[in-house]
Amino acid sequence: MVEKYRSQYGSGLDPLTYLGQNYLAVDRSLIPDILRLLREEEQFDYCVDITAAHYPKREKQFDVIWILYSFPRNERVRVKTQIADGASIASSVSIWPTANWLEREVYDMFGIQFDGHPDLKRILLPDGWKGHPLRKDYGILQQDKEWVQINLGIESGQ
Amino acid sequence: MPNFIMSYLGSTVTPGEAGSQFWALIYVLIIFAGVSVAVICMNWIERKALAHFQIRLGPMRVGPHGLLQPFADALKLMLKEDIIPAEADQFVFWVAPLIGLLAAFTVYTVIPFGPSQAVSDMNIGILFMLGVSSLGVLGIVVSGWASNSHYPLIGALRSSAQMVSYEVAMGLAVVSAVLMTSLNASGTGTLSMIGIVQAQQQQGVWFIFKFFPLGFLAFVIFAIAMVAETNRAPFDMAEAESELTAGYHTEYSGLRWSLFMLAEYAAMIAVSSIAVTLWLGGWMRPFPNLLHAPAWDFIFSLFPGLTFGGLAAIAMIGAARMPAHSFFRIQRIGLAVFAALLAFSALLLLVIAIAGRSADTSVAARFREGIDYVYWFVLKVAVFMYLFIWYRATWPRYRFDQLMRIGWKVMLPISLGVLLLTAIVGVILP
Amino acid sequence: MSAETNEVSSRALLSSDASNRSALERSHLDLETAEKPYLDSNELIINMGPQHPATHGVLRVILKLDGERVLGTECVIGYLHRGVEKIAENRTYTMFNPYVDRMDYCAAVSNGLGYCEAVEKLLNVVAPPRAQYIRVILTELNRIASHQLWLGTHALDIGAMTPLFYTFRDREEILKIFEKYCGARLTTHAFRIGGCQYETYAGFEKDVNNFLTFFAPKIDEYETLLTTNRIWLERTKNVGVISGADAIALGVTGPVLRASGVKWDLRKAQPYAAYSEFDFEIPVGTNGDTYDRYLVRMEEMRQSMRIIEQAVSRIPEGAIMGKVPKVIKPPVGEIYHSIEAPKGELGYFIVSDGSTQPYRLRVRPPSFVNLQALDVMVRGLLVADVVAVIGTIDIVLGEVDR
Repeated sequence: MVEKYRSQYGSGLDPLTYLGQNYLAVDRSLIPDILRLLREEEQFDYCVDITAAHYPKREKQFDVIWILYSFPRNERVRVKTQIADGASIASSVSIWPTANWLEREVYDMFGIQFDGHPDLKRILLPDGWKGHPLRKDYGILQQDKEWVQINLGIESGQ
Repeated sequence: MPNFIMSYLGSTVTPGEAGSQFWALIYVLIIFAGVSVAVICMNWIERKALAHFQIRLGPMRVGPHGLLQPFADALKLMLKEDIIPAEADQFVFWVAPLIGLLAAFTVYTVIPFGPSQAVSDMNIGILFMLGVSSLGVLGIVVSGWASNSHYPLIGALRSSAQMVSYEVAMGLAVVSAVLMTSLNASGTGTLSMIGIVQAQQQQGVWFIFKFFPLGFLAFVIFAIAMVAETNRAPFDMAEAESELTAGYHTEYSGLRWSLFMLAEYAAMIAVSSIAVTLWLGGWMRPFPNLLHAPAWDFIFSLFPGLTFGGLAAIAMIGAARMPAHSFFRIQRIGLAVFAALLAFSALLLLVIAIAGRSADTSVAARFREGIDYVYWFVLKVAVFMYLFIWYRATWPRYRFDQLMRIGWKVMLPISLGVLLLTAIVGVILP
Repeated sequence: MSAETNEVSSRALLSSDASNRSALERSHLDLETAEKPYLDSNELIINMGPQHPATHGVLRVILKLDGERVLGTECVIGYLHRGVEKIAENRTYTMFNPYVDRMDYCAAVSNGLGYCEAVEKLLNVVAPPRAQYIRVILTELNRIASHQLWLGTHALDIGAMTPLFYTFRDREEILKIFEKYCGARLTTHAFRIGGCQYETYAGFEKDVNNFLTFFAPKIDEYETLLTTNRIWLERTKNVGVISGADAIALGVTGPVLRASGVKWDLRKAQPYAAYSEFDFEIPVGTNGDTYDRYLVRMEEMRQSMRIIEQAVSRIPEGAIMGKVPKVIKPPVGEIYHSIEAPKGELGYFIVSDGSTQPYRLRVRPPSFVNLQALDVMVRGLLVADVVAVIGTIDIVLGEVDR
């Protein structure tokens, strides 16, 4: 399947397999096109999940992962891309409406901005929360100390 | 003095008719006390029956098998802090439950427990009743308004809309029953409650069976409309807890809230009494014409005593089955005492039934007659009360727009149709 | 289902989403601008607050109403967010196993199954057949228990008080079996990575068979109370309709998707555990309304009973624990594994960096994605129906918020 797109996109597209699960490592710039292609040409009509991982020691710190499933083909595929801290990536809400809340959660937990998302605000954490918890450099103890100091006026016992 | 009492017992008209204010007052007090006791019993029965429908036990601790629970609830509600919202209209807030209560209780002045056992047999009895029960709507609207909060207001408006829509169907069903009273030799009907039951007696058939299925349909319409009138399940959207608008009695706490509940139960008993009077033969025993012989009269007159005897037996069995632990000793004793009281009343009733078995005008016979009338009436009303509880346990509730649709688009046309057909079959065809 | 219809319908879905969301935003954010009145004349914003008898947990739904009609909703979630995914990064794989139960606490066994299977895949280990059968039996029992809880609470929301007590009484039998098996009723922690820890207790098969004979007439009892009840039909038919194409576009899975006509169940499409060895049907609805979801779940309970019956009659002998190293250190890599939980597709995406703790563990919660569809389902309904629709999607806030 990937071969015919290889010719178009060259090296920005890398098909890999691990433990029987196929995934595509895609360049950030190709993301909206590849996703749209997968949806329309390859019939991956169900966006199972959108998530991310943080590798602070890497140059491009974030891995954004789309997990897609195709009903007609009964196949699952993952699309991975790497983006740098502070960079934003195109939103896939126009391709799959599911992506709405899934991307909001990625934003909430990692701070990755999605361009074109209709309503990018925090979903699980309160609106005024500072920081993005699932980043590796997020200090839980520090957060707790700060909250206790502000709200209770004492030193945290942690 | 005994002559005075005898003179009353010997009368064949209600105290209101006889112009005896003293006895009318006694009747009013008896009815007031009786309805309050009935509401208390209803509370217990509702909790127990609902619990048994839901495979649980209900109140068991407060008295033996929870018999003292209603008293505990009443006491608790009376002792609660009386909260009035600061922005509420003070006087209106205070008077709102009273309006509902007034409307519910005033209805009882015309309800006949026997041919001369009513406070006053007005010759416009049923009309008076429909009018006064409509005043209950005012109490609800006023309470929603006085709460100064938009949720109770919305709930109150919904409740009132519901009650008003079902009153139309109710009224038409009542009219068809009244129409049936005129199907006698003289061709004149009557609006008086006692007159309606006597018309059923004269025509030899309970109106529910008359011109089958017309009488039955009218009865069914009234039965459904009365559930909607009293805001009971499945028409209780306006006061259900899991909906957004929490109902017109949200801001009321303690005794005021219990007045609303009192009004609701009293209204339930009142409308059931109307249904019983109009269609089920009021105070008449079953099969008055089919099983006419004095022997049958005697057998049916044993029923009150036997009912109480049965209740006493159940209570005795309950007392015997209590666990033999010392914790339950006082409950056991309490239940045994209650069973003994029931047994005593059973005995008394049986003695009266046997002593008064002849159909003459002796004291015992008159007592027996009076007791029989009241007994059959209360039994029929009790069946309706049980049905109310059964509905609540079994069915989900209707959404408000579905409720209104049923009231206007289903009940009204059917009741109109029944009325027309009754008129055709009863008046025009013969 | 061609790609074309998918595209057209998802675009239609999206445009309605976008315009209504901006309308909702306008009322929310621009509250006091000079040129615009506070609210349009008939619009009302009502808050079904986090504490509400009918929201199945701490869910806040902001409704924008026009009189009684719902114009749009906004769900505010996160009241039960406990940071399970962050916790996972600081626990070993074995230590994290109990945490998984606490997400969908009504169907803890399914959560455990998904997690254990995901880690087993990462380790390239397969649980022995006996363990797989035990897993299937317990998971299907849990599916019945979860659906029973759903039925009771859903009926209560609509006003029928009695089915709640009946379903909870019958659910007790299942919870007794769980308690005898692993010591806990609700958050069972029944499985381990590589298999099961506990052997089936003496009398397990008898208990399960007794439960099956006990329960078969009970489903009929529930159906007698509700399926042909006129009031139930009026409250649930054509309420909360979502079409199959919309459901796929919104990522809805589980009984909600099946009731909309899409015959898809992960137990059949991509079988896991021992499901390929059993013979069962997938119930499918036609209209995608609340009534169909009710029927689908009732039928699922029956099919679960069928699976259990087949499984318990032929549990193979053998070991219950596969060959798993004492210290679980999966090689570097990523895996995504999902199962058919009672609420939908429950997926685990685990990134391993070669250490004993997962580098990133992502739980794909079915209730979270299904809840997104609430907005689409309640457009144009009355307020009383919102409660019914929330109940019919069958959400558990522990899973939505993790």
